[in-house]
Amino acid sequence: MMRLRRRHINADQTVGGEPASSATVFDEVADVFLADEITQIIDEPESVHPDGARSLSSRPSTSDRIFRAVAFAAGGVTVAIMLAVGLFLAVRAGSALQVSGVSFLFEQQWNPESGQFGIAAVLFGTVTIAVIAVTISMPLSLGTSLLISEVLRGRVKQWAITLVDLMAAVPSVVFGLWGVFFLQANVIPVSQWISTYFAWIPIFAVTDADGAAATDASAFTSSAFIAGIVVSLMITPTQTSIMREAFMQAPPGEREAAYALGSTRWGMVMAVVLPFGRGGIIGGTMLALGRALGETIAIYMIISPIFYINWQVLKTGGNSISALIALRYGEASEFGLSALMAAGLALFLITLAINFTASSIVARSRSGANSEA
Amino acid sequence: MSTTIEAPEISDAAASEPEPRRTSTPDPGDTPVGLRRSLRAIRTDDVYPVIGAAAGAMATATLLFGWIAPLTGMVGWLAVSFVLFIVFYGLLVSVVADLREVIDRVMTVLLASAGIILFTALVFVVVFVILRGADALFHWNFFVQDMQYAGPLDGLDVGGVSHAIMGTLIQIGIALAITVPLGILTAVFLNEIGGPFARFVRTVTDAMTALPSIVAGLFVYSAIILLITGQRSGFAAAMAITVMMLPIVVRAADVVLRLVAGNLREAALALGASRFRTVWHVVLPTARSGLATAVILGTARGIGETSPVLLTSGVTAVMNLNPFEGPMISLPLQVFDFVRSPEPNMIARGFGAAAVLMLLVLALFAIARVIGGRGPGELTARQRRAVARQSQNDLIRIERAARARTAAPAAPPAPQEES
Repeated sequence: MMRLRRRHINADQTVGGEPASSATVFDEVADVFLADEITQIIDEPESVHPDGARSLSSRPSTSDRIFRAVAFAAGGVTVAIMLAVGLFLAVRAGSALQVSGVSFLFEQQWNPESGQFGIAAVLFGTVTIAVIAVTISMPLSLGTSLLISEVLRGRVKQWAITLVDLMAAVPSVVFGLWGVFFLQANVIPVSQWISTYFAWIPIFAVTDADGAAATDASAFTSSAFIAGIVVSLMITPTQTSIMREAFMQAPPGEREAAYALGSTRWGMVMAVVLPFGRGGIIGGTMLALGRALGETIAIYMIISPIFYINWQVLKTGGNSISALIALRYGEASEFGLSALMAAGLALFLITLAINFTASSIVARSRSGANSEA
Repeated sequence: MSTTIEAPEISDAAASEPEPRRTSTPDPGDTPVGLRRSLRAIRTDDVYPVIGAAAGAMATATLLFGWIAPLTGMVGWLAVSFVLFIVFYGLLVSVVADLREVIDRVMTVLLASAGIILFTALVFVVVFVILRGADALFHWNFFVQDMQYAGPLDGLDVGGVSHAIMGTLIQIGIALAITVPLGILTAVFLNEIGGPFARFVRTVTDAMTALPSIVAGLFVYSAIILLITGQRSGFAAAMAITVMMLPIVVRAADVVLRLVAGNLREAALALGASRFRTVWHVVLPTARSGLATAVILGTARGIGETSPVLLTSGVTAVMNLNPFEGPMISLPLQVFDFVRSPEPNMIARGFGAAAVLMLLVLALFAIARVIGGRGPGELTARQRRAVARQSQNDLIRIERAARARTAAPAAPPAPQEES
């Protein structure tokens, strides 16, 4: 109040002692400074609009209405195509599933014409190949992504990033060619070596029908192991790319804090980068697993199809759901096609579950809050 | 240390003087200045242990395989020498460093070996295919003829893959004509209109990215070929590629559009632009390079996929330019078909076709890099020069106009003869 009075007097002096103007100045000042003391409720003015408050949403223009309609239609068409695929698969698969019932999951043979068919063997083969692929690709992609994000610098780093992204776009048939014409012949000694020294682990043993250890090279061709190696090379670039993206987002402040506390580079990686990028590691690996499960052509080119569960991954023979579809679609009858649809649907549901789990893990992690995976 | 002792003297001197304080570098005096330490360079200390450990490991492995242990085989030798190399390297480093540094340096070597193994393997795959295909690629007829008159036993100077190249281009062209407008419009719908239906569309699209490509082929085979057209055709193959590519394009475009800064949209709306004008003049141009990258990477995926085409397009040796009638082969399927033959010439053609396919993908990827490498508003050197020239011309024009305006009251006719 004191300050106000003084200003009042000052104002009085400057305007030359006119009472009216001094009162105006005081009112203005009071309006500003004493607003909470002299609260005055203004009478509500007569509403301009007779029917109450004005709506804030504007009336869309013609071009906007058309735009909205077209965009909505595009979304509708996209979703219709997607749902058509899903529903068609489900409906067509239904007739086969009604015949086989629960045995569809446990039967190993695939003879739809005689009603005796199931995905136990092919599903086992699919999962085996995918697991082998991820087992090989996991250390490779983890090491390479850490190398790119933590060790390499400058131009070499840019080149490595570009090379990995480029490799992710190499067609799978190219990997299949390499697998058939190069890897097949050169990996058999490795298979023999592993089966000789690690045969005490059941899955690495290779035995013939009598249970004796097989050493002949022909027992090792076209195995799930070879297919797994080829698929691992196909999925590693994608996996590396996702992991690297997560690692490179690790906050520099936390990295510097670790260094400032005397950490070595590996210590910093363990304390900051790996915990930060955990979502990227899990998400990238699961997306790679999804791709490995759905891979067709490379497996189809390499594997020699069998319809029983083969635990010996180094031994010739294996199968996968997608290879089964590629193999049998041409000669299939109406009902055989429906059975293949059921197998495809099962594969789709598995990859779907893996993809959704992966994206929810990535989205909930610190590194994945604004990533595209 | 000596600098810190000298520091008070300097500050005292500065305080006694009336002029304002400045930041000053303390005089180092007689303190010897050491060599500047390089923080990044590779020390010889780092290099010698690697070389020594590698040499020692290889020698020991050779000794083990040749004389001492009953081990055999190249792969075993490589595995044993790699393990020995890591052990030896750790031992060598531990002579001069403590445990933590040993772990750090061993892990760095392990990371580098993972990278070397992966890059070698990937580059080897690509180089292997191109080298095996070189025989076919060096015959000009490989690019301009089809396989109509070339039997399995004919030499590489007869026949080619022109029909497969055309088939690939036609099929991917049809697929792009559907996926690009539909995919980008759907992404615009997801981002600009929103609502519960958009959330539903996004969930369904995310789900469909998991669809295995062979299942997309199976769908088209049983829904379109068996029920409607009754024959395999290029159009059916294009439909299968579309079903596979559409979710990829929608998702990638959605991510790109989400990155457009919200204040650009708000600025456009605040200036009174309608929603359509905001999208057309602000959102899409800003996201143009990202959208192009999304589409091109989706195309690269779509071109390389064999499995949907395997079920839908059919195999032919003849050039067929009509996508609605008769089988139309594409490059990946042609590769697959060639290498099923046991004839070496057919296999060489298969590798050649794979090399062509890879070069196509590489070209698409390079285009995507060139377009997508620059952010919105970032110009090429040529565009920058054009803008600078434009701005120079503007300056001249404005100055001339200003001169004309000041000169106008005094001598009106003078500037007018210029225009």
